[in-house]
Amino acid sequence: MSAESIVELKDVTFKRGERTIYDQISLDIPRGKVVAVMGPSGIGKTTLLRLIAGQIKPDLGDIYFDGEVINKMGRNKLYEARKKMSMLFQSGALFTEMSVFDNIAFPIREHCKLPDDIIRSMVLMKLNSVGLRGAADLMPTELSGGMARRAALARAIALDPALIMYDEPFAGQDPISMGVLIRLIRELNDSLGLTSIVVSHDVSEVMSIADYAYIMANQKIIGQGTPQQLLKSDSPLIHQFMSGEADGPVPFHYTAEPIEEQMQEVFC
Amino acid sequence: MLLDWFAGIGRNGINATMTLGRAGIMLFNALWSLPNIRKNTPLLIKQLFVVGVQSLAIIIVSGLFIGMVLGLQGYTILVGYGAENSLGPMVALSLLRELGPVVTALLFAGRAGSALTAEIGLMKATEQLSSMELMAVDPLRRVIAPRFWAGVLSMPLLALMFSAVGILGGHLVGVEWLGVDSGSYWSVMQAAVDLKDDVMNGFIKSVAFAFVVTWIAIFRGYDCIPTSEGISKATTQTVVHASLAVLGLDFVLTALMFGE
Amino acid sequence: MNNRKIEVLVGFFIAAGIAAFLFLALSVANSGGFSNGDSYRLSAKFDNIGGLKVRSPVKVGGVVVGRVAEIKLDTNSFMAEVVMDISVDYKDFPETSSISILTAGLLGEQYLGLEPGFMMEGIETLKPGDYIQDTKSALVLEELIGQFLFSQGGED
Repeated sequence: MSAESIVELKDVTFKRGERTIYDQISLDIPRGKVVAVMGPSGIGKTTLLRLIAGQIKPDLGDIYFDGEVINKMGRNKLYEARKKMSMLFQSGALFTEMSVFDNIAFPIREHCKLPDDIIRSMVLMKLNSVGLRGAADLMPTELSGGMARRAALARAIALDPALIMYDEPFAGQDPISMGVLIRLIRELNDSLGLTSIVVSHDVSEVMSIADYAYIMANQKIIGQGTPQQLLKSDSPLIHQFMSGEADGPVPFHYTAEPIEEQMQEVFC
Repeated sequence: MLLDWFAGIGRNGINATMTLGRAGIMLFNALWSLPNIRKNTPLLIKQLFVVGVQSLAIIIVSGLFIGMVLGLQGYTILVGYGAENSLGPMVALSLLRELGPVVTALLFAGRAGSALTAEIGLMKATEQLSSMELMAVDPLRRVIAPRFWAGVLSMPLLALMFSAVGILGGHLVGVEWLGVDSGSYWSVMQAAVDLKDDVMNGFIKSVAFAFVVTWIAIFRGYDCIPTSEGISKATTQTVVHASLAVLGLDFVLTALMFGE
Repeated sequence: MNNRKIEVLVGFFIAAGIAAFLFLALSVANSGGFSNGDSYRLSAKFDNIGGLKVRSPVKVGGVVVGRVAEIKLDTNSFMAEVVMDISVDYKDFPETSSISILTAGLLGEQYLGLEPGFMMEGIETLKPGDYIQDTKSALVLEELIGQFLFSQGGED
């Protein structure tokens, strides 16, 4: 475990029932960088984030966060560790019963005993950094998808975490809010000294901000490197993924018997 | 074939036991912590409002009508024996021992229980519970526990109000409309109704029902499959399971309390 | 909805619950009555107690003065023995008093009617634990009808 890594996975195997999601993967996330984890949908990229957050435990292997093994922590230590990380969910996951302001104030109120005016100034600063200071009094249902995600981002940075995990931040966003989010992820990472993990399958957007990237497929990590290295890679799998080809090492067809045989069964 | 049948029973038995185990663990984790008065009191008050105050209207209206029906039915039966003076105890005992706790619990399951399930299920489906957990806030303590206590506290109060309003409703029909003597309505009632045997036992019943109904409601929400179909199924299950549990438990408690 | 309003409504809700309880306790139920206050015990033996139950009232001239505390069978005489709690507010009944099992209305519940005897010199009053000697058993409908039919038959 090197001092530069904030998160490190060592030979992690994770199974859901009989299905293996990860087969002995190892990766590490260097401090202060924006690291992308890419891969086709349905291979459990979100699962990776949940493993790092300690919400689920691996079947084999260890996950280190800030020098400690997260999957062997007791409840209280785990909750302490989680104060240093935060996660931006795909849906934003704002609390629908409270206003945007109260949403951002929620983690601060839960963990710190601070007077109201200090909380108010903290929340307004966080909202200002995502450009939503004017929307403080709106309810989450009144926000557009992009605004909801930015508000959730403000909540994720409310306690100044060391690590922030983005789960598909670009899914279903229009080009403008996508541009805003890309800029925010990069800027927040650099100005607050965060480490960011971005899980996504939007190759071009992620590549524009990532310092380093992992590509996952078939339960393994199939490629890693800086965006430039990956673009030049001659591995057919990486090539298929980076350029978005329909067929290749990741087959177009879900595993099935040959079509001729099945058709014969049908017509005979 | 026979083996399949046994395997089916076994599977259902195992599933039921596991569900009960998960429900028990959830409740234990939610309640097994020192309450933080400063943080939890406002949450509890909010939930008391949602669960209790907002159920008040349906409870009072139903209580009034059930009391009036009891007054009417009781009168037509009792007058045949010239015993219409016993209308008071009939109305009061039916309400205090059975109808107050049971009907309140059934209405509560339909009104507040289903709402609790749907709310918690939706919070789960929209990842609000997950995100709370990642903010190092335990959703069991922050979301589940206040809702549970609000249910357990407010249902017995609602049952008391139901019985009180029902007795007034019986008075309205029996005394005001059908001409039973007001004095004998109250005095015969007082002679027959015992504070400990009837009022307190009914109250204990409603506390037990409150525990069971709220537990089922929050567990169904917490344990639901986080899709719109899963939530709707969980909501239905809350009403069905809670109602059956209340009626079954009522028989057991009645046998223990009033059976000799 | 603001917090203040919620607090007020919840406060109202709890107060209404307590009010309902007080209403039920004070004006619907008998709040214990004699079972809580000071009382003394009297006993009486009956051939037949009919439908008398524990907690049935004991009345003097229609006024409730106590309740039945216990009903048992005296295995020596095979008579029913009824123990009563009588309020200390009503004491000094003469020992010539009689007690009978009466019925409120045709089908009403049964109660004990205590009929105080005459007072005169040399007649003691009933002390706690004493037996009332003069008792009249419950009227059992079947026996009444039987007697009636018998007497009808005798006239022919």
